[in-house]
Amino acid sequence: MKLGWIIRGVLLGALAVAVFGPLVNMLLWAVAERWYFPAKLPIEYGFSYWERVFRPRGNAMESLFNSVVIAGGTVALCLAVALPAGYALARLRLPLRSLILLAFLLPQAVPNLAVYINVARIFYSLGLNGTIAGVVLVHTVHGLLFAVWITTAAFAAVDRELEQAARNMGAGPLRTFFTVTLPLAAPGILASAIFVFLESLDEFTGTYFVGVPDVMTLPLLLYNASAGGNYQIASITALILLIPSIGFMLFVERFLRADVLAKMGG
Amino acid sequence: MAGGPASVEFRAVVKRYGAVTAVDGVSFTIEPGTLATLLGPSGCGKTTTLRLIAGLELATEGQILIGGRDVTRRAAAERDVSMVFQSYALFPHMTVLENAAYGPIVDGTPRKEAHAMARAKLELVGLSGFEARMPSELSGGQQQRVAVARALVLEPQVLLFDEPLSNLDAKLRRRVREDIRELQRRLNLTVVYVTHDQQEALAVSDRVIVMSNARIAQAGSPRDLYERPANRFVADFIGDANVVAAELIEVSGDRAKVVLGGIALELERRGARPGPVTVAIRPEALLLSADRPAAPAAPGRIGKAAYLGTHMEYTVTSALGELFVIDRMPSRAFAAGAEVWISLPGTGVAIVPE
Repeated sequence: MKLGWIIRGVLLGALAVAVFGPLVNMLLWAVAERWYFPAKLPIEYGFSYWERVFRPRGNAMESLFNSVVIAGGTVALCLAVALPAGYALARLRLPLRSLILLAFLLPQAVPNLAVYINVARIFYSLGLNGTIAGVVLVHTVHGLLFAVWITTAAFAAVDRELEQAARNMGAGPLRTFFTVTLPLAAPGILASAIFVFLESLDEFTGTYFVGVPDVMTLPLLLYNASAGGNYQIASITALILLIPSIGFMLFVERFLRADVLAKMGG
Repeated sequence: MAGGPASVEFRAVVKRYGAVTAVDGVSFTIEPGTLATLLGPSGCGKTTTLRLIAGLELATEGQILIGGRDVTRRAAAERDVSMVFQSYALFPHMTVLENAAYGPIVDGTPRKEAHAMARAKLELVGLSGFEARMPSELSGGQQQRVAVARALVLEPQVLLFDEPLSNLDAKLRRRVREDIRELQRRLNLTVVYVTHDQQEALAVSDRVIVMSNARIAQAGSPRDLYERPANRFVADFIGDANVVAAELIEVSGDRAKVVLGGIALELERRGARPGPVTVAIRPEALLLSADRPAAPAAPGRIGKAAYLGTHMEYTVTSALGELFVIDRMPSRAFAAGAEVWISLPGTGVAIVPE
């Protein structure tokens, strides 16, 4: 009995270390002015690196700006495709419906590097290499999977009878879509938008091949900083990347209905 | 929108889904200002027929007229028909008031006026004070009344109900049924009402259209259907009649002499010819007695006996076959296995033309 509790305590502790250990390490690095090898904890605390990261003309601010613009553009482009596609896949009797859904999985199924090297070559000949538009396109291919799958599930979860009731009350197809279908699918669509935003914010490989050296984003900055041994900058960048993810988890937990999640990919 | 109730007419309407025919050559006319029910077992095509009236399904063949105007090819939004869905289909993201005001707002009525119209109809269904609630905060019965208010707000020419009592508990059913009938009479509406419950249909309707296998089995007043079933299906479906074989021995005008199980009866002829005929006997038309009565009677033996408070239900084995009998005097109960005499006073028995 007692032994059981000790084992449980140890396992729980190990889990806590595995989950929170890296986070604590990151938090400490973010506020460490000096931290050398033998010391178990930072030797000196301070915020001078934060000042350096948030300096208006600094590298980091430019990367943050780029990241947000690219993520925003990716969301817009993904939704522009996913809203009509998701509605069609959820509502119309399409032949090969599951094949179409599966097709969006293809970019993930093929090794990314092989794809991106070729994308970079093609974009180079089109003059898209090193442009924000090029990076947005690469991120969109990646984000479409989630966008289309989640919006399809969100539209499928809207009861058809509600649309019929709207039509019965004299609403045309567009009116029905905007007053009934879209508001009811909105939480799922918002979730897919946030998901695409986060995926874009986090994306490294595609940005590296298509964007560098002209387009710097936060993940590239993080990579450069940690490769250069500058753990403070890397940790602060990582923290910035972490904030929207936590916000998203709270959103999903709070707003997303179970029936939308259940219809995912179906 | 034109005022006043309208007639609904089907002319040889067919609805097919691929190889499946859901409605097969259905024709009927529902007079303006009356309540008609579409009655039948599940899968008989009654809900599809209702949806054809609403325009939620389009007919494959035939013509549909509402108020004398051909609406066969018109979309749901263009028909002056409102429907109360079985699931009520209230918009969960709108308040009760917004739900009820949806029709006029879509119609282009200014918001203020639309809300006033919605309030008036909510008051009509007894839901004043609930305007700001969300549908999820209401009971099933209240949700249904919101659906009725939403359907009434445009004062449609025809109001449709799809199984309106199916999601209500047994106690509420009778009241809602009476409320719908009362509303229909007071507002002088044309109402088409779908149900699978024959008692419900008989209780509320001016006219009942019985459907079976995508076709109309019989249409008529509740009394017609109950007392003069046109075929085996209607006799059995409405009131659980016993359908037995008999012999027609003599015809005189529109009357006929029929012998069944050794008992001779004079019935309406209904076009039957001398020879073997089918007869429907209502379960409450059969009289059971322990001693041989003075009237002609056939012997039988009680199979099952069930006590239901207001009456007894028996199955009786006899020369007429296996009979289902309802006895309104539960105080005089026969036990299973008892020998009884069965007699037929004459009412509740009809020749089935087939």
